[in-house]
Amino acid sequence: MAAVEVSSLVRRYSPDAGISDVSFEAPDSAVTALLGRNGAGKTTTVEICCGLRRADSGEARVLGLDPTRDGRKLRGRLGVMPQAGGSGASGVYPSVRVEEALQLYAALYRQPLAIDDLLDTLDLQRVRRTTWRRLSGGEQQRLSLALALIGRPAVAFLDEPSAGLDVHARQTTWELVRELRSAGVAILLTTHDLAEASVLADHVVIIDSGRVVAAGSPADLTRDASTRGLRFEAPPGLPLAGLDTALPEGANAQEVRPGHYVVGPRVDPDVVASVTAWCAQQGVMADNLTTSGRSLEEVFLSLTAPDSA
Amino acid sequence: MTTLDVTPGPGAAPRYRALGAQTRMELRLALRNGEQLLLTLVIPIALLLLFVKAPIAGVPKPRIDFLMPGVLALAVMSTAFTGQAIGTGFERRYGVLRRLATTPLSRPALLSAKTIAVILVEILQVAILCAVGAALGWNPHGDPAMVVGVLLLGTACFSALGLLMAGSLRAEATLAGANLLYLVQLAIGGVAVPLTEFSDGVRHLLELLPLGAMTDGLRAVLNHGDNVPAHDWVTLAVWTGAGMLAASHWFRWDD
Repeated sequence: MAAVEVSSLVRRYSPDAGISDVSFEAPDSAVTALLGRNGAGKTTTVEICCGLRRADSGEARVLGLDPTRDGRKLRGRLGVMPQAGGSGASGVYPSVRVEEALQLYAALYRQPLAIDDLLDTLDLQRVRRTTWRRLSGGEQQRLSLALALIGRPAVAFLDEPSAGLDVHARQTTWELVRELRSAGVAILLTTHDLAEASVLADHVVIIDSGRVVAAGSPADLTRDASTRGLRFEAPPGLPLAGLDTALPEGANAQEVRPGHYVVGPRVDPDVVASVTAWCAQQGVMADNLTTSGRSLEEVFLSLTAPDSA
Repeated sequence: MTTLDVTPGPGAAPRYRALGAQTRMELRLALRNGEQLLLTLVIPIALLLLFVKAPIAGVPKPRIDFLMPGVLALAVMSTAFTGQAIGTGFERRYGVLRRLATTPLSRPALLSAKTIAVILVEILQVAILCAVGAALGWNPHGDPAMVVGVLLLGTACFSALGLLMAGSLRAEATLAGANLLYLVQLAIGGVAVPLTEFSDGVRHLLELLPLGAMTDGLRAVLNHGDNVPAHDWVTLAVWTGAGMLAASHWFRWDD
């Protein structure tokens, strides 16, 4: 049994908002990333899993329990980091000091982590006497993560944990998430940061307009044979008609984004040779030339609808 | 880079520990809030000093004996209603209640912590106000148990109304509304201006407001050594019951 099991979850706010069909599993000792654009339904899904919202239909099970009905049994075993959000609703009293917030949360769980260890790990020792409202955005995010983890949860729900963090803090957060995974915790995180999903997640669930449009490991999602091709970067606007005639029969070239070229549908040594030779002829340097599958970003862009707003 | 042992060791703390920690947090928030202290202590003390020392007409003598019951009722209202409504309204706005709802702290424990904190702040207020009153020559009568009874029922009543407001309105509306109601009740709750100054019809109406009933009840005991009039008990009990029913129906934990 996976730590988190979601099947056919539906929660509508209006015909266009909410989630209409979300199913996935998040096992122990693994990082599962819910990936989607703003408003895709990631947060709604997490909120149902931690008992903050009821589903219209479908089922969410966390550690085998129903998050709303068995909430009392479940809450001691969950760590929840809400999204910092536009309204500033990050869930901490603004006039409370860092250590006071941690002391409160430590008192709610049976075997909390030591506050000093958390402060050290998340680089908050310097601001332990600072009130929430005087913390920087990154410090607020790190405190919020500390509050989610202080109860030694078996399941951690992290809603955009590295939003607004600088590069160092993001690395620290990733490191901590990896340690949680090694320690056996099931981690469900939401993100729209594709780099985060590809380096951190064991499983990626892509949600778009309230539905799961793809799921699998980052490698599975990008390895798909039909999407193989030769990719390279070069100045935008190359005369690709010329390249097409130089390519072996059946292959063709496309500029998928300005300066980003893809040659397909198949890749073989002839294709590579023709492309490099043609580039040399043009006096153009082909950068980042690769024959692997698509990047997670390309998969994501191809699966999620363009902004209709 | 880190020595943190994050091996799962989940479980909820014993309830008394969670309740104790949340109560300390509520107290800290109440006492740390400067605007709040203005309402809970500075204004009541200022009222006592102003109306006792300044030659203001219409205040029955001895002035301190007339003022103390109303000021005590006002102190209860400032903490249980105004302070609690504003504090809770903003907790809702900042997502504090929502986040706590994902922790093992139960809703009854959260509400108990709030209630205990309110009562502790009130004990502090009443102690300080009584000391100031004594220094100004206050001479109270009556049964102290009766006084405590009115203060507690008043607390329950104003807490219910405060939480109703905090849980159903936007935080800014609660802030404005709770302060406005404080001022209005201060003016028409019989605190400094005796309700007998109003015409009979208006007076009966004002006595049906929670602060008017509290002031009237406390005055009966403290000034005359009488029992609290039954209509004051009934008024407060009805407001409390209605407030609790409405709050349990309309209170929303998130914004």
